[in-house]
Amino acid sequence: MNTLAPFFSFANASRVSWASVPVFSVTKLVRLTGELVRGGARLVAWFGVPDHDETTLVAILAMDDDSILGVARSEPVSGSYPSLTPRFPQAHLFEREVWEQHGLVPDGHPWLKPVRHANGNAPANAPFFRVDGGEVHEVAVGPVHAGVIEPGHFRFQCAGEEVMHLEIALGYQHRGVEEALAGGPHRGTMCQLEAVAGDTTIAHATAHAMVMEALAGVEAPLRAQWIRAAALELERLANHTGDMGALALDVAFLPTSAACGKIRGDFLNLTALLCGNRFGRGLIRPGGCMHDLEPERLATMTERLKTHMADVEQAMTWFWDAASVRVRFRNVGVVHPHQAVAMGLVGPAARACGLVRDVRFDHPAGWHRFSQAPVAVWPSGDIFARARVRSLEVQRSGRYLFEQLGEHVDGELRTALGAPHPEALAVALVEGWRGEVCHVALTGHDGRFRRYKIKDPSFHNWSGLALALRGTAISDFPICNKSFNLSYCGFDL
Amino acid sequence: MYIFDTLMNRMRRGCQTMVYPHGPAPALPDRHGGALRLDASACPAGCDACVEVCPTGAISREPGSGTTLDLGRCLFCGACTKACPHGAVTRTNDHRLAVRRRDDLILGKPGEEELRLAEALDKKMKSLFGRSLRLRQVSAGGCNACEADINVLGTIGWDLGRFGIQYVASPRHADGVLITGPVTKGMELALQKTWEAVPEPRIAIALGACAISGGPFVGNPQHNGGADPVVPIDLYIPGCPPHPLTILDGFLRLLGRLEEQKG
Repeated sequence: MNTLAPFFSFANASRVSWASVPVFSVTKLVRLTGELVRGGARLVAWFGVPDHDETTLVAILAMDDDSILGVARSEPVSGSYPSLTPRFPQAHLFEREVWEQHGLVPDGHPWLKPVRHANGNAPANAPFFRVDGGEVHEVAVGPVHAGVIEPGHFRFQCAGEEVMHLEIALGYQHRGVEEALAGGPHRGTMCQLEAVAGDTTIAHATAHAMVMEALAGVEAPLRAQWIRAAALELERLANHTGDMGALALDVAFLPTSAACGKIRGDFLNLTALLCGNRFGRGLIRPGGCMHDLEPERLATMTERLKTHMADVEQAMTWFWDAASVRVRFRNVGVVHPHQAVAMGLVGPAARACGLVRDVRFDHPAGWHRFSQAPVAVWPSGDIFARARVRSLEVQRSGRYLFEQLGEHVDGELRTALGAPHPEALAVALVEGWRGEVCHVALTGHDGRFRRYKIKDPSFHNWSGLALALRGTAISDFPICNKSFNLSYCGFDL
Repeated sequence: MYIFDTLMNRMRRGCQTMVYPHGPAPALPDRHGGALRLDASACPAGCDACVEVCPTGAISREPGSGTTLDLGRCLFCGACTKACPHGAVTRTNDHRLAVRRRDDLILGKPGEEELRLAEALDKKMKSLFGRSLRLRQVSAGGCNACEADINVLGTIGWDLGRFGIQYVASPRHADGVLITGPVTKGMELALQKTWEAVPEPRIAIALGACAISGGPFVGNPQHNGGADPVVPIDLYIPGCPPHPLTILDGFLRLLGRLEEQKG
């Protein structure tokens, strides 16, 4: 049953011809998108494609329960269109982005301002939302933060300790990734996409490879898909472990913090064992993988993984056994399930609100068609839940890796990649450790990129962090932030 | 119960900090490859095999000037070493990559087949910072890979604190800045302000291909192509990202704290 009609339905990691994407008037596209979202679909991407002096709006929706995606587009428009945001807040950043990139005004958008563009030598992110009142004070943090982390600006409106509103203003990291992709792929494209978010190299590289393979009408060899799936879990393990350590540090629980800092490096070293680079740079290329996991290397990896998993489970046990840790996390930084649905949260942030939402399970592609890790869910929406989901995912990723590394997958590592199909649209979703990574490529008549849209899960989830802070003490911001640990550069592109 | 459990585990594990630099350096992963070496005399006329595969244009071949390889732009992907049919570009497996001058990263001229490793700070600066160096890290478009491996040096395995090196929260507490990223337009002002807030004498370190040249994003107009135009750089640590061992070697080399530099 096509539950996304009248959108054109297709599956993850596949290609549709641009001509078969249904065209509606922009008003009708907005209305249909709204109706489908109200009916349970989720906005995966909403972007513009330049068409002479006008812009074609493209909407991509996911119906997770049915494992299908849907796409539709508008007639070329200029000027303005009725905003989705007042009724469907998950569209708010998409609409701001389209306005910034193409000048299309979403009529009725409550907070229309730039997303990431610079005005001279700083982002054009002022003015900020203000709460007025005699007791209200404002706290500005960043762009340079106290730790070794990326830059972003946080504006808190507080009454005493309590945060009434947090506005997160980014754009400091904008390196022009999407702009550089026009007319691509270029020689440097793959390396740029590996650095969209350095800690999510594998997920972004896999998404790009899947898009290129779909455009060329080939599939990467099974052995390459197997290696990609293993690398994706190693990436998840390293990052979740690092974040558990960071959370432990912020509540002054040093044993777990010290242990996890080291174990995170151990997981990164397993990726380096596979490809030489601790973040997986150079492993994945369209058409397959560049490095093999030969039997001897596989045995070494499995042995080392056993040790590291035992270490990390031990460190987690200390953590969860400590009442002083648990009490700091409970009922702090709560995001309610209805908020998570409304804002379209993805990844562990959504699963910590009880939503079963995981690309590996909902939209399986590549190796995940044959094997899936269980979706780790926790219902309470607080820091406790987000830490718990991460902790469960560490366990599950470990088990999954042991199972999959035990498989015997023969065959080639790479397949020849033909020319990309002209006038075609390809979409790839990959469940990175922060959630859904989405790459969309649209080719022109010459087979080159007419438009390439990248969406890091952080694009959805920064709004979740802002909501988590409402009613929370400002002193709890660091642990709220760590529990999400979102990407600045993945957002800023 | 958990306190005893934690303590017992802690005791069983003992000290987990590596012996380096007082013992041998840990081995790089076998597929890492380390630094590159370019023997331009092995390049026959008309061969462009490496130039064509380099993702960042780090290799150039101008008629009359021979082949040059800029390790400041290099991502160490190894594509050139695989493409070269003449063995002119090779991997050395050496983790040491830090240099003091931008030109020292450029390979190709006779006698400059490899990079020219960094010398220590002068006597006065060394006496100030040699045993205590506080760095304010500024990510100016960094992708979080360099940042992650900067952070990893603070963990128990590497224990940067044993050298008196520490990352601090405020530029006012710092002796220098450690810059990552190509210095995006959005971070230019913030980096300038941070640099100005560091009291003199001060040092600046550019870490990673982005901060040296723009790295994978070289040529994009949304950034400054590295930290150089904004802040004068005292130490360049190439890589994408550099291995933690490479970063540590760079810090210790600058401070004259390596065994090989003594005596």
